[in-house]
Amino acid sequence: MLELNKDNFEEEVLKAEGYVLVDFWGPSCEPCKALMPHVEAYEEKYGDKIKFTSLDVTKARRLAISQKVLGLPVIAIYKDGEKIDAVVADEATPASVEEMIKKYY
Amino acid sequence: MVYDLVIIGAGPAGLAAGLYASRARLNTLIVEKESEGGQIKTTDEVANYPGSIRDASGPSLIERMIEQVDEFGAKRVIDEIVEVDLESKIKVLKGTKDEYKAKAVIIATGAVPRPIGCPGEKELTGRGVSYCATCDAAFFEDMEVFVVGGGDSAVEEAIYLTKFARKVTIIHRRDELRAAKSIQEKAFKNEKIDFMWDTVVTEFKGDGILESMVVKNVKTGEEREIFADEEDGTFGVFVFVGYSPATKLFEGIIEMENGYIKTDEDMRTNIPGVFAAGDNRVKSLRQVVTATADGAIAAVQAEKYINENFED
Repeated sequence: MLELNKDNFEEEVLKAEGYVLVDFWGPSCEPCKALMPHVEAYEEKYGDKIKFTSLDVTKARRLAISQKVLGLPVIAIYKDGEKIDAVVADEATPASVEEMIKKYY
Repeated sequence: MVYDLVIIGAGPAGLAAGLYASRARLNTLIVEKESEGGQIKTTDEVANYPGSIRDASGPSLIERMIEQVDEFGAKRVIDEIVEVDLESKIKVLKGTKDEYKAKAVIIATGAVPRPIGCPGEKELTGRGVSYCATCDAAFFEDMEVFVVGGGDSAVEEAIYLTKFARKVTIIHRRDELRAAKSIQEKAFKNEKIDFMWDTVVTEFKGDGILESMVVKNVKTGEEREIFADEEDGTFGVFVFVGYSPATKLFEGIIEMENGYIKTDEDMRTNIPGVFAAGDNRVKSLRQVVTATADGAIAAVQAEKYINENFED
């Protein structure tokens, strides 16, 4: 997964064409860390059509809030720079993430 | 293949059951839908589990439990059970990935945080409303947060949140806390913590992120709206008003009381070969220490059941 930060988020997500998945996470968020290997596995499976990225929100708090992300984990799908779908907090399970990915794959 | 025992859920109850079952040389599988650990996994400090005093965070406690389970050979998979046939002699559990068969089943599905149930709450979850302080505290660095509830979780998490937020207000529907006295003392001493007594939240508002909430004094009936600081634009509300058992899958199959599974003191449900352990069953104290105890009893009883009902 491509690691995002304050500097490349705009370029890699907001100005990107096509589908981009962003895994918003934080180092003290256990559910996020448990989910991440699954998301990485989905990248193997679906990475040819969807760009997989991750953002450590503790290093980009304002940016996350600007994306209306104020709770973790969030797995979001952007299309042509617009956030079009997301699974949030308790809803974000390996199954629900894959289900969402499949909608756009 | 048919396992001796399948355990649904890998929180403290499920892991303890897995430990006891695999030590008894039962061919054991633990099925977990998300990640091992259950509710305790998101707790920063576990100070009331005997022996857990050094490095006593939820994640490290769970890590040690998993290590112990693995050492004795219980298998673990990540899958969500969506359908069960428990009444036959060989129990069948259908997951989204695979199907599992077992001679005995332990249901250790635990409980999930209960929402307040007011307008705006669902829409603003993950957008200011949270049920997990260790997940989301960092968003509110130097901002204002509220904690709803008065039990152990609420007050402990409020103390944790003071490491991040500039001010933490505990909103509680009564005029005294229910949390353990030692936790209360810590909270009363903390200068960053304020209290709003006899108060409930009746609505969350905001366009995409939480901007305000309506609170009501239950004694006077007076309602008022609390707005985010203009500079901050938002604030955090952490909800710890109790738990709901994760037992929906077993409704109409297993005997329950208010959604909690009824068992005898040996963790037996009304269905032979099906046991329940941990926060999802009717009991008076829901803690890690009672969950692991339930798990141990359930595993020993499952072994006994298998020996009595199956020939090898």
